[in-house]
Amino acid sequence: MIQLQARQNDSALMGYVSPLIAIALTLLAGGLLFGLLGHNPITALYTFFLAPISDIYGLTELGIKVAPLLLCATGLTLCYRAKIWNIGAEGQFIMGALGGSAAALQFGEDSSRWALIWVLLCGSASGLLWAGLAAWLKTRFNANEILTTIMLNYIALNALLYAVHGPLKDPEGFNFPESATFADAVILPLFADDYRLNISLIFSFIAIIALGFVLARSWIGYQITVLGEDAKAARYAGFGEKKLTWFVLLACGALAGLAGVSEVTGPIGQLIPQVSPGYGYAAIIVVFLGRMQPVGIFLASILLALTFMGGEMIQIEMSLPKSLTGLFQGMLLFFMLAADLLIRYRIVFTPRTRATGDL
Amino acid sequence: MDIDLITNILYATLRTGTPLILIALGEMVCEKSGVLNLGQEGMLLVGAVVGFIAAYVTGSYGLGVALAMIGGSAMALLFGWLSITLATNQIATGLALTIFGGGLSAFIGASYVGIGLEGIQSIYIPVLSDIPVIGRVLFQHDPLVYLSFVLFLAIYWVFRSTRLGLSIRAVGENPEAANAIGIPVQAIRYGAVLFGGAMTGMAGAYLSLVYTPMWTEGMSAGRGWIALALVVFASWKAERIMLGAWLFGFASILHLVLQGTRFEVHPNVMAMLPYVATILVLVWLSSDAAKTKMSAPRSIGQPFKPMV
Amino acid sequence: MTSRLELRGIRKQYPGCIANDDIHLAVAAGECHALLGENGAGKSTLMKIIYGIVAADAGTLLWEGTPTQIRNPAHARELGIGMVFQHFSLFETLTVAENIALSLPKDQTRNRRALSDRIRQVSEHYGMALDPDRYVHSLSVGARQRVEIVRCLLQDIRLLILDEPTSVLTPQEVEQLFITLNRLKAEGCAILFISHKLDEVRALCDQATVLRNGKVTGHCQPKSCDSMTLARLMVGDETPLEQGFSKRVGGEAVLIVKPLSLTPVDPFGMSLKDVSFNVKKGEILGIAGVAGNGQEELMAVLSGEDMRDAGEVILNGDVIGKLSASQRRELGFAFVPEERLGRGAVPNMSLTDNALLSSSHCGLLNNGWIRQHEVNDFAEAVINDFNVKCAGTHAQAKSLSGGNLQKFIIGREIRQQPKLLVCSHPTWGVDIGAAILIRKALIELRDQGAAILVISEDIDELYEICDRLGALCDGRLSPIKPTHDVSIGQLGQWMAGEFSDQQEQCA
Repeated sequence: MIQLQARQNDSALMGYVSPLIAIALTLLAGGLLFGLLGHNPITALYTFFLAPISDIYGLTELGIKVAPLLLCATGLTLCYRAKIWNIGAEGQFIMGALGGSAAALQFGEDSSRWALIWVLLCGSASGLLWAGLAAWLKTRFNANEILTTIMLNYIALNALLYAVHGPLKDPEGFNFPESATFADAVILPLFADDYRLNISLIFSFIAIIALGFVLARSWIGYQITVLGEDAKAARYAGFGEKKLTWFVLLACGALAGLAGVSEVTGPIGQLIPQVSPGYGYAAIIVVFLGRMQPVGIFLASILLALTFMGGEMIQIEMSLPKSLTGLFQGMLLFFMLAADLLIRYRIVFTPRTRATGDL
Repeated sequence: MDIDLITNILYATLRTGTPLILIALGEMVCEKSGVLNLGQEGMLLVGAVVGFIAAYVTGSYGLGVALAMIGGSAMALLFGWLSITLATNQIATGLALTIFGGGLSAFIGASYVGIGLEGIQSIYIPVLSDIPVIGRVLFQHDPLVYLSFVLFLAIYWVFRSTRLGLSIRAVGENPEAANAIGIPVQAIRYGAVLFGGAMTGMAGAYLSLVYTPMWTEGMSAGRGWIALALVVFASWKAERIMLGAWLFGFASILHLVLQGTRFEVHPNVMAMLPYVATILVLVWLSSDAAKTKMSAPRSIGQPFKPMV
Repeated sequence: MTSRLELRGIRKQYPGCIANDDIHLAVAAGECHALLGENGAGKSTLMKIIYGIVAADAGTLLWEGTPTQIRNPAHARELGIGMVFQHFSLFETLTVAENIALSLPKDQTRNRRALSDRIRQVSEHYGMALDPDRYVHSLSVGARQRVEIVRCLLQDIRLLILDEPTSVLTPQEVEQLFITLNRLKAEGCAILFISHKLDEVRALCDQATVLRNGKVTGHCQPKSCDSMTLARLMVGDETPLEQGFSKRVGGEAVLIVKPLSLTPVDPFGMSLKDVSFNVKKGEILGIAGVAGNGQEELMAVLSGEDMRDAGEVILNGDVIGKLSASQRRELGFAFVPEERLGRGAVPNMSLTDNALLSSSHCGLLNNGWIRQHEVNDFAEAVINDFNVKCAGTHAQAKSLSGGNLQKFIIGREIRQQPKLLVCSHPTWGVDIGAAILIRKALIELRDQGAAILVISEDIDELYEICDRLGALCDGRLSPIKPTHDVSIGQLGQWMAGEFSDQQEQCA
């Protein structure tokens, strides 16, 4: 009989192995799915996961998607470490894009480079304020942050739609729901002319490295971890629960907002309704898959970025629906949760025995 | 405002509230057993797409609703296996279900986008539907609206005066104690989770076969989440869920009320209303945090693993 | 004559430990049989096997002479086995009648009114008044235990198992319980009485079986067997048993609590009513009382987890009401909470990380950054000083046994050299060896001049280490007197809330 047996200490090894198991199982299930749909699984998986990054251009496109995912995931990690279940990175991202666009549209072609910094600050601050709203609702009214941040996501989405249909609509845009394209002065610098990859990738690297130091070495990082692991112990030790809640949510809002504004001042160059393909939600998966550890998150953000590209690729190459992206992301998270069991339990095979009452 | 407008608003309020009622009643049962299933949105979408495809392919709405319920339950089973048997974190698992359901429904529904169905037709209850105002508001609905009333009464009765209701509450309050006196904790939790999945699946079918008889990606528009807030708002009481659902229903159709008046607002701003209302309700609730704590199932969100 | 219950060679293994190993036991009708043993000896597991909650790996159970496999608690109840749990298996949001209905066969619960009448009838017959319509959360601990017992008595009871039933009762309530149990015995019911309190076992039981580390180490008749022999059977030969400590008179007051009244934050909590006392330098003040009488609420006010007091709490002359728990620590406050895993220590964190939890003010930080090396040294020192058995400083807190974790937490607090140490249930659920070490450490700290407040349900412990004693009941505090002036009887009355006459005497 197969039995689960509790381990005395959590297995550190399994902590690293379980995401790999999850990925393997996702590939397996994905292959099975492709097979059922009448496609060659190997070809399909290749098209989904490898074809998009088979050249330099593909790799730079990957970088464009890694940057926002990594920024959002860095912020979410702080929240989830503290068990503040902020689902609102998506809304904070959108508000960042919205606030940043409002600022960017004020500048003409002859503006200085400082304009860009101002735009980035505006975007980041918009995300921060949006998250601050959730923090205020949580600390002042004890309103469940999962529900408030989800609602704030929907509100942000409608605010974005309102903006592109109303105040921020391009007057010369033939009535399309889009803003005017931004002046070059407020567009993020590129690494190289032929590619779209911009310096927001550097922002995301700085963020993830800073996260590593804060979590491993700082007092506030320690307090965040304790609050998440054991709220009673945090109260016992006298860590300010509200202060920490504000800190993690504001930090996440600022980072997600930065990701949002980097998207509109980067690859898009204007405000459009589909500014986010769901980066804020995918970042949740990045955090879990990356075990809330900086290195893990970095690797996971690459994988999740790949699922976005794979969805587009498979639509073009094999005319399968783009929504395979969401399916693969969901499967990854599920398999991950199941595989995490191996951290706390070991699987043992025992012969079936029972107390012998009536021999 | 004339009487016809008021009648129509009340009629629409009931229709809009029905999917919320179905989801929230199911989730209430689930939470009473101590399981918090945040995957409502995912189950709702799967229910909607399965119901739509089934009805479209077979031409039978009854089959559509039934398969939507099975689809919702299948999703719930996945959630149950992880959160009950493997004792995973219920919050993370629920989020995973939502993300997975969103992707899955978009995937299987991709080739059905843009197809319209006639939708389930209303049944005019003889005699009663002829009463002025009340007849229109209450007795000219589709079968699922009537069913939601029946389900409400059934659930109310189960928790008020049956041993099953008592056992569910016991499991939700203290699973260790329930296990110690021999109540099958895991079985009851599975039952509650599956029931919740079926209810939400039915709500999905309501969206894609009654409310707007078609399939579009993400058509649930956060109703699963609003229903989750509704359960808290209702302090886990079935009668308050009914009331709350209609309040939310009213908030969602407020633009109909304001149409043509000088208060008309941009549609995207109006669309924020149900979400803003949800936040306001959550804030208002916390003015009585102690009372919420009294009525909340005590073991909610905590996995239970019996010793063997 | 066949025994009502007989166990032959029962064995149950859990990962890392053998809970029961080759257990033999026989209980006759009308006999009260004690099962003695320390925490972790395997008593509770054995009871769960008899009651069908847990399945044994090997061995035979004979019920009235017939080999029987008890499938589940419902089956056990069908046979006439009832169990009163140590941590009650009651549902606070349900009424007494609803609680009882859940463990009865369906056909007996259809008619709720008839059930209520039967509950009244049975509870009166055994001298335990109960109101079937009361909600359990509104009942005292003693009354809750009565609900559990009545629940068993409503069926045709042939064997009643009680798991540490007296640990939550006042001495007077214990007497009342014994009256009930003796009546049951006289009616032919067999009783299995689990305890580690020797005097109670001697007063009530006819036979005793002693367990240690999952094995039977002896059988005896408690009435004709001396305490020393029983204790040795329980703890083995290596552990020293008795430890006498001298009493001290304290110096100036370190902690002063002026009359304090507070409503609870938790709707199920207890409000504090006019509680006032002080703790002096170089003394240990003990506060007795059954759990749930305001202890947690008082602790929270002192520790700063509840910051709502209006200046009634004074530490070394400073009003500390507005200070957070960490700020109070900087003033020399240290605190050992009741729950060690999941409050006193973070289960999934290493001992190093747990050392930092309450000691950040002891030079372990540098401008907001953690001084990893110093923290590690701190943890190592605690482990060495208090003989904490663990795999090293990297071991997770949850991997330690209760006794070792408690030693670590007390060691961590003492190493901060506090001026005031507050301890809640310092040796609850801890093996005797660790308990002795902990008590010694507390006495040592007292002799170095610290003020110590101990809150405990364990009356023997309070008499052993405290210099002055009082009791909490229903959120009110009894008068406080030097330990040698308080008789057990008086302390029992205090724990039951009867202290109005003494207050008049004091005034």
